[in-house]
Amino acid sequence: MEAASLPAALELAAGGGAGLSPEKRAVLGASLLLLQRDYRFERVWFWGCIQGVRGAYYIAEGLGPDRAAPRSRLYSLNCVEWSLLPPATQEMVAQAERLKGRFQGDPSFEYEYTEINAEDAERLFEDGEKPMIKEEARLVATVEQIDREVGIIPRGAFVKTPLGSVCENRNFEGLSLTEAKKLSSYFHFTEPVNLKNKTLLEKADLDPSTDFLDSLEHDIPQGSWTVQLEKGGTVVVLRSLLWLGLTFYHVPMTKQYGYVYFGTGEKNLDLPFML
Amino acid sequence: HGPYQPHEPGYGLYLPGYSPYDDQIPDPKSRMLAIQNAKAYLLKSSTTSGLNLYDHLANMLTKILDEQPANAVDIIENISKDVKWAQFQKKMDTLRDEHEILPTFEAAEKHKALFLKANGEDEELEEEIGETPLPNVMETAFYFEQAGIGLSKDETYHIFLALKKLISVQPIQTCRFWGKILGLEMNYIIAEVQYHEGEEEEETEEEEVIEEGGTGMGEVEDEDEIEKEDKPLKSTYKPPPVIPKEENGTGANKYVYFVCNEPGKPWVKLPPVTPAQIVCARKIKKFFTGRLDAPVVSFPPFPGNEANYLRAQIARISAGTQISPAGFYQFADEEGDEEEEGEGGRDTYEENQDFQPLSVAEMVNSLSTWVHHIQSILKQGRCVWFNPFQKSEEEEEDEDEEEEKAEEPDELQQEIGPPLLTPLSEDEEMQNIPAWTAQASTNLIPQYAVAILQSNRWPGAYAFASGKKFGNIYFGWGHKYAPENHAPSLPPPVQAEYPRGPEVTETRDPTLEEELAFKAAKEEALAAAEEEEDEEDVEDDEEDEDD
Repeated sequence: MEAASLPAALELAAGGGAGLSPEKRAVLGASLLLLQRDYRFERVWFWGCIQGVRGAYYIAEGLGPDRAAPRSRLYSLNCVEWSLLPPATQEMVAQAERLKGRFQGDPSFEYEYTEINAEDAERLFEDGEKPMIKEEARLVATVEQIDREVGIIPRGAFVKTPLGSVCENRNFEGLSLTEAKKLSSYFHFTEPVNLKNKTLLEKADLDPSTDFLDSLEHDIPQGSWTVQLEKGGTVVVLRSLLWLGLTFYHVPMTKQYGYVYFGTGEKNLDLPFML
Repeated sequence: HGPYQPHEPGYGLYLPGYSPYDDQIPDPKSRMLAIQNAKAYLLKSSTTSGLNLYDHLANMLTKILDEQPANAVDIIENISKDVKWAQFQKKMDTLRDEHEILPTFEAAEKHKALFLKANGEDEELEEEIGETPLPNVMETAFYFEQAGIGLSKDETYHIFLALKKLISVQPIQTCRFWGKILGLEMNYIIAEVQYHEGEEEEETEEEEVIEEGGTGMGEVEDEDEIEKEDKPLKSTYKPPPVIPKEENGTGANKYVYFVCNEPGKPWVKLPPVTPAQIVCARKIKKFFTGRLDAPVVSFPPFPGNEANYLRAQIARISAGTQISPAGFYQFADEEGDEEEEGEGGRDTYEENQDFQPLSVAEMVNSLSTWVHHIQSILKQGRCVWFNPFQKSEEEEEDEDEEEEKAEEPDELQQEIGPPLLTPLSEDEEMQNIPAWTAQASTNLIPQYAVAILQSNRWPGAYAFASGKKFGNIYFGWGHKYAPENHAPSLPPPVQAEYPRGPEVTETRDPTLEEELAFKAAKEEALAAAEEEEDEEDVEDDEEDEDD
């Protein structure tokens, strides 16, 4: 969610019971602005909070002129001092996927691999590295995965300029109430995967400036998003069931939207059994 | 004076050699004609939409000059589209006058209804101010907010008023906002309630569907002895004995729960929970849809619909995560052994009038300063163990005694759970994760900090303590945390169809070779028998005439 509209946005996304204490809200108002100044971000988003066993990580993202470029991520344990996270690599993500269990809350905690194939173990031992992964790397990989899989925006909120960069659509007035209840009005804010697979007939209806991302309609498994109207039908709230804790809110016919994650940072692999 | 600078508009139009019409029309009179032609062209109405470009451009420029957006050239196409849309909207004015009844308006009506005072309330106000079962939801919400837990203030206030409405309708002694469980289509807001003694309505008990196999067996076996036809034997399967649910007001049914989907909607009472439902709920993991009558499709099949599943999960969550500071509650009577009753421990407690609250630092640092004040649920699904093989009046009387002795398994071990008011330090860890995470709400102002506990076994369960005040709440999806992935139970092994005996034995089907060998042997025997029959033909004919 936008740092500038944090207090209002937290109220809208609080349907799940998770939020921030007044102390954190107050300090974020100041520290996110300072982040913007220090790192020269154009936009700062408060991404959310991953709850570990002994502490919590608060994550913020900074965006540059091209909103679709890889974002810089920062984390903090107390919302006052922020540290830049290294960019996520494929290897990090693959390693982190094998880890299970909660985050500990200590960024220098090292996980030991519990399940390794014999081949992997040989390979790793040959290199002289021990099969350990630090919690910081796991954090990076988890945030990247969550953004990639369930970070969403409403359709039309961003446009692709002819030069290729993506920026906010100033003509976006919000989705209408009927549109807001459909999953096809929301896009994953990441590199599209399924766009090329659409039939020519579907592609003819698309508007290349606004429809350059994957929509939520064809997410697997079907039903992994819940769409609800809260606060008497004035706010549309989407919650992901794949990553429990990700909440997206949008007030129809206004420009307010955003997503935030409050959770334990674990993927819900039991989803097919639970639906 | 004409434009002299290149950036001024119109520059180049009057200079020789720069105007677009220069090489074509040098003559001013012709230029006027050209301008009129151009204007006539612009005024031409489109055949499809009836608009003309001249008016459209004029409107567009007016709009741009009125609104003066930044970087207008970047959004010029959108401005043009907006102007065209505006044209349409005017024409459809008559249709638009019908105000749509949006669902948002109806919801707003319901919320407004919460705020209206019911008739006759002013008279009762005096009495209510004294002792009211209504909990101070806003105060609890304030303490939880210090930890970042809680719903938005609006929603909390709506829930406050909805609880007030509930209390005015039902004869309630104590009431508490238990929490919110999220669902796929709608969410549940749950209130935990205790009725006044004696005020509770008796519910009609539904017939339990599970038959006792023993009775059926007894009757049919008699028939079998009488008729000697080859009938398939009835199954000897006896389902395990049904464990009765606990009485309302005790054990897992100590509290009654009311749910609603949104504050303003009517409260619905949840049925009491049975041990079978709790046992099954432990094996399945399903999301709630938000409709109480939705079926729960699962394996093992859940005995009930979503209302029962919800009630079972609420019972499990309450038993696992409702905690209070040590010493707040104490046992009513201090005498005697706790083991006296054998099957239960104490199940009643009262508030300790001499409770001295510990400091926040102590509450956070050590888990033994907190205790569970709800009985834990045994594996059987009840809080107080029940021996199903006792001969009691509830069992059917016409069971064969012989059968019972033959089929009775070994006596079940009495299950004993942790006694009431056990401290949290006794809670099991899972894979090196402690069962609870304790934090103070703020490190910057420790004098006014609140001790907060989050459950790791039931993510979403929170508790706070500050001085003499404490509270529990749940916000979540209603599932237990499992470090391993959920593995649904496998179907049970195939049952043997018939009991083995001399009349009926199960063997494998013969293979092809065996069948052929058998056929060959049979043919040989037949050939041998035919020779014998030829000799006895005369005797057989005489016997046939008798039949």
